[in-house]
Amino acid sequence: MQTALPRSSSVSPTASRRWALPRRRRGVQKDQASPAWAVLAWIVALVTFFPVLHMVLTGFKHEADAVDLPPRLLPVPGITESAAPAEGVSAEPAADADAPPAEATGGFDIRFDPTLEQYDTILGREFMPFFRNSAVASLGSTALVMLLAIPAAYGLALRPTKKWKDVLFFFISTRFLPASGVIVPLYILFSANGDPRLGGFGLDLLGTMRGLIILYTAMNLPIAIWMLRSFFEEVPRDVLDAARVDGAGVMREMTQILLPMVAPGIAATVFISIIFAWNEFFLAVSLAAVGTSTVPIFMVKFVTAEGLFWAKLAASSTMAVLPIVLLGWIAQKQLVRGLSMGAVK
Amino acid sequence: MAVADRSLSPAYGSAARPSLFHRLWHQPVGRLLILPALIYAIIVTQAPFLLTLYYSFQRWNLQRPSTRGFAGLDNYKFLLTRDNAFRDALLNTAIFTVSAVLLSLLVGLFYAELVNHRFPGRGVVRTLLITPFLVMPAAASLTWKNMMLNPTYGAVDWLTRTALPGNPSPNWLGVYPKESIVLVLVWRWAPFMMLILLAGMQSISEEVREAARVDGATAWQEFRSITLPHLSRFMQLGGLLGTVYIVQDFDPIYLMTKGGPGTATTNLSYLTYRKAVEASNVGQGAALGVIVVILSMIVITLLIRWLDRMMRGT
Repeated sequence: MQTALPRSSSVSPTASRRWALPRRRRGVQKDQASPAWAVLAWIVALVTFFPVLHMVLTGFKHEADAVDLPPRLLPVPGITESAAPAEGVSAEPAADADAPPAEATGGFDIRFDPTLEQYDTILGREFMPFFRNSAVASLGSTALVMLLAIPAAYGLALRPTKKWKDVLFFFISTRFLPASGVIVPLYILFSANGDPRLGGFGLDLLGTMRGLIILYTAMNLPIAIWMLRSFFEEVPRDVLDAARVDGAGVMREMTQILLPMVAPGIAATVFISIIFAWNEFFLAVSLAAVGTSTVPIFMVKFVTAEGLFWAKLAASSTMAVLPIVLLGWIAQKQLVRGLSMGAVK
Repeated sequence: MAVADRSLSPAYGSAARPSLFHRLWHQPVGRLLILPALIYAIIVTQAPFLLTLYYSFQRWNLQRPSTRGFAGLDNYKFLLTRDNAFRDALLNTAIFTVSAVLLSLLVGLFYAELVNHRFPGRGVVRTLLITPFLVMPAAASLTWKNMMLNPTYGAVDWLTRTALPGNPSPNWLGVYPKESIVLVLVWRWAPFMMLILLAGMQSISEEVREAARVDGATAWQEFRSITLPHLSRFMQLGGLLGTVYIVQDFDPIYLMTKGGPGTATTNLSYLTYRKAVEASNVGQGAALGVIVVILSMIVITLLIRWLDRMMRGT
């Protein structure tokens, strides 16, 4: 029943781009969906995307417009000329929101006057250090992940020892260990003094970025090895055999033959690792210290401090998600391929 | 797997005892390459666990350091026999994981099938659909809690109030807490499933599809008898990866419901956090951590057996 996977055609890097060219070479567009299909797809996509859209737009509103219903989704510069003076968030939401008569959209006025004041506030409130910490944690851990995972994946795929599968499963199983189960010992281990009853041994990592980098590396190592191993698996053996006959050593085989061939896989793995590290919250919030707080901590602090200032919350959320969303949009083809490698083998 | 390490069989002679360095040097290359990652994973994940094990037998509340001492199995006994929150959390974790994984797979399959056909703007639709997976869960949770589900100002409530008969405007997180959490989980993970399933769909050979179409198969028949069987491995992979991440999910619960109302949305991750971090009860938090790890090990063993079958399959 199962269709044989076109293994031979997906082995070379050029062929791997097959995905990117979906059947375009066929002149006839037999697969063209009906207009109803297109409409359905667009509706589903917009509904799914709506929370994100709502969040992004709210970040450009005055606080008064942010809580208005129906959600104001149409930025029209200068429509509320009298209301909402530049400096201020008026406390009562209804005051100026209801002021403009709702002629434009038949009962619902969904226009709002876009503003950058929330972004001014956010950026004025030392957002950037959090942003930098997030960047350091995700890039630093991803670099370390790749440094450890590439050789390991290579070893597992192309120089397998007897128990390679057990080793692979061990790596995967470490990802199952819930971080919350070890958070207290981690905290104690990472503190300067440790546990006095255990000799007071502490790593003094709490106020540093190194602590988060170490943990994020452990967190992403399993999936990185899993993905990379599948990519190395795909490299045709004849190419390697030929290289070995020519007397290429491990290093040359790796750097000159393999790495270029699995470059798309490495890219996909790097993206996944950065995404998970940037978005990580539990360890960040549990181990947060003054100098090491990442972007999610900024948002949580923000909520506790200013509760219902939605426009500011939305602006800071937008800033927080922007780099990863853009990265993911650019890299979506690699992500599609990279994540499924374990199944294609 | 065909290539073994022919060239690398250790060839030390009869010379006395090879030094550690010498022995290491003559290990198969594969083993040497795996070693750094293996050592790293063992140290970073297992060392804290050993410490957890030790603390789980301690009576130790950071707020009352003077009462610290050996507790035997008390922490475990309390959790397993007298702590209702633990039982609820266990059940909730199972509910969240099973329902969110299955629904994500279903919705992800729907998304993938939607964009697996050609229509104007297909690339944009796919881009919009994967976005929830990319959005930081903390930001998404706060957005859902406030801008979407708030009973007064939320967009969802406005919609039901305006469009539905009877103008219902429930406090979603209060009345339907579990459903709300699952909704947010599915919203986030369905795109992830879509990414995996889409790759599966793309790897179906066009010839097979075309042959089916020539034979007059309808779109539904094509989906049922070609796409779906082909996807089973991809669905298993998605289910496996989804389980790994969803079972320990923390962010939406911490940020949207704080585990409540009552313990309605407390899962094991959140309960451990509450005990160990918020209540400073190191001993109980550690015991809970150990129980969670043991339960995880059972699930892992089952899943890995499944994974093993999957990797040998076809």
